[in-house]
Amino acid sequence: MNPAVRFAAVSRHFGAVRALDDITLDIAPGEFFALLGPSGSGKTTCLRLVAGFEQPTSGEIAIFGEQVAGVPPYRRSVNTVFQDYALFPHMNVAQNVAFPLLLKKLPRAERDRRTKEALALVKLAGYGERRPGQLSGGQRQRVALARATISRPKVLLLDEPLGALDLKLREQMQEELKALQKALGITFVFVTHDQGEALSMADRVAVFNEGRIMQVGTPAEIYTRPVSRFVADFVGSSNVLSPEFVGAVTGRRNWASLRPEAIRLVPAASGKGVVSGVVVSRSYLGAATRIAVDVRGTRIHAVVPASETAPEEGSHVGLAFSTDAFHFMEGEE
Amino acid sequence: MSTAAAVVMPPRAGLIGTISDYFWRRPEIFVLLLLAPPLLWLGVIYVGSLIALLVQSFFAIDEFSGMVDRSQLTLKTYGELLRPQNLDIILRTVAMAAAVTLASAVIAFPIAYAAARYLKGKWKALFYLGVMLPLWASYLVKIYAWKLILAREGILNWVFENLRLTWLLDAWLSLPVIGGNSLSISYTGTFIVFVYVWMPYMILPTQAALERVPTTLVDAASDLGASPLQTFWRVIFPLALPGIIAGSIFTFSLTLGDYIIPQIIGTSHFFIGQAVYAHQGTAGNIPLAAAFSIVPIAIMGVYLWLAKRAGAFDAL
Repeated sequence: MNPAVRFAAVSRHFGAVRALDDITLDIAPGEFFALLGPSGSGKTTCLRLVAGFEQPTSGEIAIFGEQVAGVPPYRRSVNTVFQDYALFPHMNVAQNVAFPLLLKKLPRAERDRRTKEALALVKLAGYGERRPGQLSGGQRQRVALARATISRPKVLLLDEPLGALDLKLREQMQEELKALQKALGITFVFVTHDQGEALSMADRVAVFNEGRIMQVGTPAEIYTRPVSRFVADFVGSSNVLSPEFVGAVTGRRNWASLRPEAIRLVPAASGKGVVSGVVVSRSYLGAATRIAVDVRGTRIHAVVPASETAPEEGSHVGLAFSTDAFHFMEGEE
Repeated sequence: MSTAAAVVMPPRAGLIGTISDYFWRRPEIFVLLLLAPPLLWLGVIYVGSLIALLVQSFFAIDEFSGMVDRSQLTLKTYGELLRPQNLDIILRTVAMAAAVTLASAVIAFPIAYAAARYLKGKWKALFYLGVMLPLWASYLVKIYAWKLILAREGILNWVFENLRLTWLLDAWLSLPVIGGNSLSISYTGTFIVFVYVWMPYMILPTQAALERVPTTLVDAASDLGASPLQTFWRVIFPLALPGIIAGSIFTFSLTLGDYIIPQIIGTSHFFIGQAVYAHQGTAGNIPLAAAFSIVPIAIMGVYLWLAKRAGAFDAL
């Protein structure tokens, strides 16, 4: 079976700027796929190439096996949920949602029926007469979702779909997006700079940096086995440790990551710690307290569960961990 | 006794300090002060004159003495407006204003569209310069320049002659009503000059409205399956319409009120502005002049009300 989206050696240059540089990537049908990276890393350009707003400088893009070079956006079975939702301000909610059906010249009765269904699916039944300006951010996003899915595209693109929502709504929408994707069975490709969002929603994640893909994998792979310092740094709250530090502890001089939750705090005097240092900061997170310990100039983060007492700033602590907890990053010298 | 600095700083000394503190506490007084001169101007000079005008229009001229009878208010002068020759003037002016507005909108739109969607940086600056430049030259100079251009011995005739198209111009001039002896003494000439002179007032608001249409909406329409033509009619045009209506308010009202252009270029038939000028001057019929002046105001009132209902001011 053809991949839903295939990038074959795709580059997109804007003058001297390489927004995307030689990207090769397959996204499977029905997958919930995240493009994760900092701003300017090329993830949005990737999305715009699939939508058809941009053309690649070189390389080929195929959607379900069909080459899409030179195919304009309006002839692609791909729809987009825009970051600012891009709802038409001169149309009400129902007109916005029915817009793709109107263009296809479907009969009015069918348009009305499908618009009702689409609005019900995003829990906005009865909002058809309202103007986009009268809706909250979350509701607008639901309208954008209904509008982008009403003609059942082969691929749905979502540009920072939760970026403009507040925390509570974001968590709720994460679950709803997953449920919607299951219900529709459409391939979802979404762009985000929020690693938590990418890891919690996606089946697979591609991590972007400076126009290149750094790593592709399941959230667990990306989180536990980052291939490079960049991925470890960007995706996790992992400690990224230098070859000197790692060499002194394990005997193997290589960059490595060490997850905070793999570290146990022990009294400095107990001698049970692998290394010891001074607590330089504490931040209360609710379920746990995150502390930063300075170990001979290297800052190491650890988490203390709420059930235990976190040490005071300035106190000496020992850090206990198994050397197996180190993940060596092969990609780094 | 502690010597720590006070949390509340000592009051600023002097009159200016007191005044600025007062304005800080009462910003509405400050705004009122800022707007007092224009409000006085608008309220006393402008609205006052308008009311005086309105009152004048309810007087009538005494047919025997030729004097204005100020002893009673009457609708007689408004009745005068309905006499065929006066009604003609009103209809002629409104028809001209409508034609000028329509033509301006049709010509301005592509220019505004190109400027809003495609021109950037120095080309955009050049666009603004090109649109505004004619406004820097004197209005009278431009009109007399047009008189020379449109005259029988003028450059336009010469161009038509050299293109072997004189027959076309003659055919146009032989048309009833809009034709005439030469372009400079026909309604066509008046129309051309009106369109030229008011064009910037149509281009700028249209361009501003088009500029405010977010590109993501255009992307979204295309993404949802709209061809460029469908995107234009269903998204771009409806969103730019308030700007076009705003521009049409300028072109329509400026044409309704102008008395110089039709006097210099066009036929001997009067437009409203010329009628006002003639009646208040040599004829000494101030009431009729006042009644004529009320006509454009009333038409614009209706027009603005309709435009408001169409949502033309939502985007302002």
